[in-house]
Amino acid sequence: MSAVLEIRNLHASIDGKSILKGVNLTVGQGEVHALMGRNGSGKSTLAYCVMGHPAYTITEGEILFDGQNVLEMETDKRSRAGLFLALQYPVTVPGVTVANFLRTAINARRKAANPQDKGISIPEFRKLLTTKMDSLQMDNKFAGRYINDGFSGGEKKRAEILQLATLEPKIAFLDETDSGLDIDALRVVANGVNSLIGPNLGVVVITHYEQFLNYIKPEFVHVMFEGRIVEEGGFELAEKIQEHGYDWVAEKYATVQQ
Amino acid sequence: MTDQNQLLAEIKDSYEEKYGFNVDDSKYSFKGQKGLSREVVAQISEMKGEPVWMRDFRLKSLDIFLKKPMPTWGADLSRIDFDDIYYYVKASERNEKSWDEVPADIKYTFDRLGIPEAEQKFLAGTGAQFESEVVYHSIRKDLESKGVIFTDTDSALRDYPDLFKEYWATVIPPTDNKFAALNSAVWSGGSFIYVPKGVHVEMPLQAYFRINTRNMGQFERTLIIVDEGAFVHYVEGCTAPTYSTDSLHSAVVEIVIKKGGRARYTTIQNWSTNVYNLVTKRAVAYQDATMEWVDCNLGSSITMKYPAVYLMEPGAHGEVLSVAFAGKGQHQDAGSKMVHGAPNTTSRVISKSISMHGGRASYRGLLKVYEGAHGARSNVVCDALLMDDASRTDTYPSIEIDENDVTIGHEATVSKVGEDQIFYLMSRGIGEEQANAMIVSGFIEPIAKELPPEYSIELYRLVQLQMEGSVG
Repeated sequence: MSAVLEIRNLHASIDGKSILKGVNLTVGQGEVHALMGRNGSGKSTLAYCVMGHPAYTITEGEILFDGQNVLEMETDKRSRAGLFLALQYPVTVPGVTVANFLRTAINARRKAANPQDKGISIPEFRKLLTTKMDSLQMDNKFAGRYINDGFSGGEKKRAEILQLATLEPKIAFLDETDSGLDIDALRVVANGVNSLIGPNLGVVVITHYEQFLNYIKPEFVHVMFEGRIVEEGGFELAEKIQEHGYDWVAEKYATVQQ
Repeated sequence: MTDQNQLLAEIKDSYEEKYGFNVDDSKYSFKGQKGLSREVVAQISEMKGEPVWMRDFRLKSLDIFLKKPMPTWGADLSRIDFDDIYYYVKASERNEKSWDEVPADIKYTFDRLGIPEAEQKFLAGTGAQFESEVVYHSIRKDLESKGVIFTDTDSALRDYPDLFKEYWATVIPPTDNKFAALNSAVWSGGSFIYVPKGVHVEMPLQAYFRINTRNMGQFERTLIIVDEGAFVHYVEGCTAPTYSTDSLHSAVVEIVIKKGGRARYTTIQNWSTNVYNLVTKRAVAYQDATMEWVDCNLGSSITMKYPAVYLMEPGAHGEVLSVAFAGKGQHQDAGSKMVHGAPNTTSRVISKSISMHGGRASYRGLLKVYEGAHGARSNVVCDALLMDDASRTDTYPSIEIDENDVTIGHEATVSKVGEDQIFYLMSRGIGEEQANAMIVSGFIEPIAKELPPEYSIELYRLVQLQMEGSVG
């Protein structure tokens, strides 16, 4: 049975400032969603809240995943349950190689599932990593570099997708994975994401540009405005945004609020 | 590196058993009276059967010690009670040459330290210091045949009197500082190494040190002489059991490196957290010689240690690579001293410190360039990592440059483990405690990779142990 992420009436704040004001969103394994909206509309906050970033306080609402109450779970447990977030600004961890990072993450999953687990063997891990890196056209040397340390923008985004590919989550938020990429890098990353999308992976692509969406082709498009999802539709909604921008959204909903 | 986390996980279960040993006090063959006096010092010398010059050296050093005031510029040493310390304990009557002859209970202790295993793997020779006396020492035949001397310092005084006297206290005289004077008065044990011209000792020479009697000071004295074009790597690893009252450890390490020679001295210091660790370490490097200190300080209550390199002739190079970990109740006051006394001398310092649970790490460094040392180059990098708000880090750089034609770099950074880093690792399924450990392991990686592999693993393990319970 496929897993479903249900976000119900989610309110969240940071430093006392209210950012999310009642978000409802349901994402199933195997579905492709796009979450659009202007800067500051709450897209990244929503993704962080799903993953449990400590800076945000949930003031109301609930998040359910696979029948579990996500808000009661620590971030690492959410990850092991099958949630994933590809960060817009991936964090540098000096001295920790990409390979060490991923192997530790894989073993943490295996250990949580089975306390007796001895962890993935080195040959098995190497093979897995090489296969995944090849599919993303990444040099094998990449595995030995410190995670995000001195990476170019494109390398960081590719490293996020490599983690997505290796950890095989059920639902993944991709937070502006397209930003800062040139057209060639964008194609590689998009192809990488496309190759992962299938019955086992549902994605929520956060972006304000349609370019990335042309590659990914979401079935469901949601537009956020001032902490709520205000418009929902199919791919044609993304095309409308591309053509007309967000002004009409602002006009339509700003008045309602006042 | 990749198996490291598993190894780290395993040691938690057996650490206390493996490292927390205690041996029946009554088996010590000699334990002098507490406190320090001319009688105690003379008795130490007499028991060791030393020549008169050494006894006089000790007594003169005692006078210097008594005259010098306690240093007040560094860590708080006010709780040291010099009258409440045993200055000499002899664990066994004579030196053991082969492993078979080592008494069973001492052997059991070493077993738990993993020494025989390490030796089987690739020890070139082992000087394992149990209490104040070296009880076990072996040197491989190939080293002996090359003329390498690796013995305990007491034996060296007896067996190589001329060589010994030529270099003894030439790098660190008793007048250097109060604790060097104390060591000079009551020293016992330590390693003596001589590497003849052109000889490269490929395998690290290692010694383990233990403090294992309540309130017992340990004052080992190490002297290393690297002749022209020779090379040696000496590794000193310390793991100490836990005791309830304060203990003083005050070693002196002197190293002489002649033209074109190179020495590396690696330390993993993990004294129990009631130990005062006040150590003077200094090397003199002559023309084109290289000295490298790799210094990892994890344990002790207070450590004051500033490995120094005096660059005496053109082309000499000095390095200090150090890691300090200050946990609850600990003050690591560590650093380096680089003294450029000749043209075209170079030095490099990389210092990394971690403070957590209210611990305090200080970097105290001296960079001195004398007039005429033109073309001298030095680069100092100090990185501090703060794990929580209760902890503290300080940097006290002292830079004295009396020459214009020099290239000097000095940078210091302080970073806090951010919630974004922890979040990032946790968002990939890694638990909070392990995420913290990964960040710290990554932080010290540039130093850890300089260590021999088994020490590198030990360093990661010790750091992991220090961090246990850091969550919540």
